[in-house]
Amino acid sequence: MTAADERKHAVSTTQPLTGRTTDRPAGENLLEVRGLHKHFPLRQGIIFQRRVGAVRAVDGIDFSVGPGESLGLVGESGCGKSTTGRLITRLLEPTGGSVVFDGEDITHQPAARMARARRNLQMIFQDPYSSLNPRHTVGTIIETPMRLGGVNPPQGHKKRAQELLETVGLNPEHYNRYPDEFSGGQRQRIGVARALALRPKLIVADEPVSALDVSIQAQVVNLLQDLQREFGIAFVFIAHDLAVVRHFSERVAVMYLGKIVEVADRESLYTRPRHPYTHALLSAVPEADPDAMRRRERIRLAGDVPSPIDPPSGCRFRTRCWKARDRCAAEEPPLLRADGSAAGHLTACHFPEEPSVRARAEDIVLDPALAGPEGKS
Amino acid sequence: MSVSTSPRPAGLAPAPAPFLDVRDLRVHFPTEDGLVSAVDGVSFTLEKGRTLGIVGESGSGKSVTSLALLGLHKGTRAQVSGEIWLEGRELVALPETEMRALRGRTVSMIFQDPLSALHPFFTVGSQIAEAYRVHHKVSKKEARDRAVEMLRRVGIPQPERRVRDYPHQFSGGMRQRAMIAMSLVCDPALLIADEPTTALDVTVQAQILDLIRDLREEFGSAVVIITHDLGVVSDVADDILVMYGGRRIEYGTSREVLTQPQHPYTWGLLQSMPHLTGDVGERLNPIPGTPPSPINRPDGCSFHPRCACKGWVPQGRCTVERPELRPVAGAAGHFTACHLTDAARQEIRGGTGLTEERGTGTTRAAR
Repeated sequence: MTAADERKHAVSTTQPLTGRTTDRPAGENLLEVRGLHKHFPLRQGIIFQRRVGAVRAVDGIDFSVGPGESLGLVGESGCGKSTTGRLITRLLEPTGGSVVFDGEDITHQPAARMARARRNLQMIFQDPYSSLNPRHTVGTIIETPMRLGGVNPPQGHKKRAQELLETVGLNPEHYNRYPDEFSGGQRQRIGVARALALRPKLIVADEPVSALDVSIQAQVVNLLQDLQREFGIAFVFIAHDLAVVRHFSERVAVMYLGKIVEVADRESLYTRPRHPYTHALLSAVPEADPDAMRRRERIRLAGDVPSPIDPPSGCRFRTRCWKARDRCAAEEPPLLRADGSAAGHLTACHFPEEPSVRARAEDIVLDPALAGPEGKS
Repeated sequence: MSVSTSPRPAGLAPAPAPFLDVRDLRVHFPTEDGLVSAVDGVSFTLEKGRTLGIVGESGSGKSVTSLALLGLHKGTRAQVSGEIWLEGRELVALPETEMRALRGRTVSMIFQDPLSALHPFFTVGSQIAEAYRVHHKVSKKEARDRAVEMLRRVGIPQPERRVRDYPHQFSGGMRQRAMIAMSLVCDPALLIADEPTTALDVTVQAQILDLIRDLREEFGSAVVIITHDLGVVSDVADDILVMYGGRRIEYGTSREVLTQPQHPYTWGLLQSMPHLTGDVGERLNPIPGTPPSPINRPDGCSFHPRCACKGWVPQGRCTVERPELRPVAGAAGHFTACHLTDAARQEIRGGTGLTEERGTGTTRAAR
C-alpha cells in the first residue's frame, strides 16, 4: 500500500469538524490543527504483506495555539499525545487532516520546504540521553540547527552558541565538552539551547522533565517558563504529569485513545472538569499533603485503556465510564461547549459532570469485576 | 546507638523486639574509580501491618537498601555491614542457603519494571506457581490453583484464562498486578516495593496503591515502599524515611514529615513540586545543583553544597562536621540530621528567609 492510499483511507474516516478550541479567528493562530489523523498500518504475511488493520494513534483531533501561548497536552500512555507532537513537527507523516503553521500548510510539505518551516518550529525531546549525539561537542550540537537552517548570526556561530549556553544556565566554557560529561538536567538544558538556536516561534516539548529527578524537574520547568516569557515562544507541552502541565500551560487539552476529550483554560479544567475521564484523572494524582488527600474525592477507574486498533464504538471512554448509557455506545460525542461551561471550555461527553466544584462527596470505586473482557481487548 | 531508631513515641510500649530492625546498614561497592558508599549507616524499624516509605532521589541509596533487605548483595563484590534483624533473625550474616529459604516466603519484593522482572518465556501462571512450589510441597495442580486465586485477588479479570497468558499479553498495569501476585503467593511477612508505580499511569498507579493497602490490611504484612514521589508516600505510608547521599536525613511519621518537615532538603523537595491546587503564578522553588557523586561525597553534611540554609549555622560547621540524626524538639518520634538549631529553623520557616535566599536565579545556578 502506498502513502497515497493510506491517506485516502484516512480521509474517508475523518469525522466532521468539531467545535473550535479557541475564540481567536483562524488567521491569528500560530498553529492550526484540523482533523489530524495518524494511523499506523498493521500488516500480515511475509512476502505479500496485507494490510489487516491500523493502530489509530491519533484519530481526528482539532486544536490551535496562539502566538506566545502554551497548550498542555495530557493523557495516559498510548493516548497519542507524543504522536501528535511528532505530527506537528512533521517527524511523522500525517495520514489525514491538516497542520497549518504560521499561515502555511505544512501537512504534506516536502522535506526541503519543511526545513524552512522548522526554523520556527522546534522540539525538545523526553530522553536527554538519546536525544544528543554522543560524538558531537555541545557546541556542534547547538550550532547544527543554525547551519542547517542557513542562519548566520552577526556574532558568529560559536559566540551565539555560547550565549545560548548562558541563557539556559550552563557555563559557556563548556562549549567543547561532550554530552556524557553532563548530568541529566544539564543535558536537558543543552536540548533546550538547541531548540532555541533559531529563535523559534513554537517549541513542541515532549515530556521534557519526566526523565529527571524531582529537584531537577523544577529547575527545567522554571527555565522553560522564563524562556517563554522572555522570548514570547509558544509551547505545545506534552506530559503525563497533570501538576506540571497545570503549572506550565495556560490551556490544557486532555487526550484519550487518539481523541481530545476535553480542552479548557487551566483554571476551568482543574477546578471544574466536565468530562468524567478528566475528573477521574485528576482524582488519581496523589498529593504530598496528607490533609488534601483526605478531603479529596477518589474515583478509581477499573481496567485498562482499550486497544487503539479496535477502539470502542461511540464514546471511547464508555468502557471505563461509570455514567455510560446506551447512547454512549451508539453515538460519538462531539467536542462542544457543555451547558454551564466557561467560554472556550469544550467537552466531548453526552452526560458531562456537574459544573460545580466537588459535586460528589462519596467515593466512586468501580468494581474491578465489571472490567471484564471489555476492559481489555 | 544512642538515638532510638523508631519514629514512634518511645513511651508507647516497651515493645520487645521490633519485627524488622535495621541497624547501621552500610553497603559499599569497590570500583576502579574508588569506593562507592551507596548506603552509609542507615537504621530503621518497622512493625507488622505498617508501611514505611523510603524517599530519595536517584543515587540516594534507597534501592541498594532494599536489595540488602533481600540479601541480594550476597555473592557480589558489595561489602555489606551492619545488622538486619527480621523476626529475631540476623540477615546480613545469614548464609545464602538459609537466605533462599526466607526469600519469597518471608521477605518478598515488587520490582519497578515488571517487563524485565517477569520471564518472557514462561506463562504468568507458571511463574507464580513456581514461586509457590519452591516453598511448599504441593502438586503442580495445587500450585496452579493457587496462582489463579492470587491473580483473582489482585484484580485480574478472568484469572482462569489469563493464567495461561505470557507476560507480553498483559498490559503494563496487569503485569504489575501479576508481579504483585507472585510476590504475595507465599503470604510474606515483609513486602518490599521498589518504585512499584513509577512506570505506570496515574489511574493505574491509584489502583496498585489501593491494592497494596488492601493486601497489607488483609495479610497484616509489613511494607517498605521505595519511591521518589512524595505524593505516593503520602498516600500509603505510615512512616517516612528521607535519604540523601546514602544517609538518613529525616525520619518520622508520614504526617509529621510532610506537614512539619525539618530538613532543608525535605523543604526543597516539597517546594519544588507543582500542585494541582493553589496559585499557578507562583514560581517553583527548585533545589539548586545536582545530587552528589557517591564516590566523592562532600565532607560534613552531604547536602551542604545545595543547601540554602547553611549560612544560618555558625562557623561553617556544615562543611566539616557530619550532622547526626537527632530528635526534633516537641515532636516525639520525629528525627532530623541537620545542624540548624530549632530557633533558626523556626525563623526560616516562619519568615521569608528561605524564599528570599533561594528565589533569586537558582535556575541559573549551574554546577
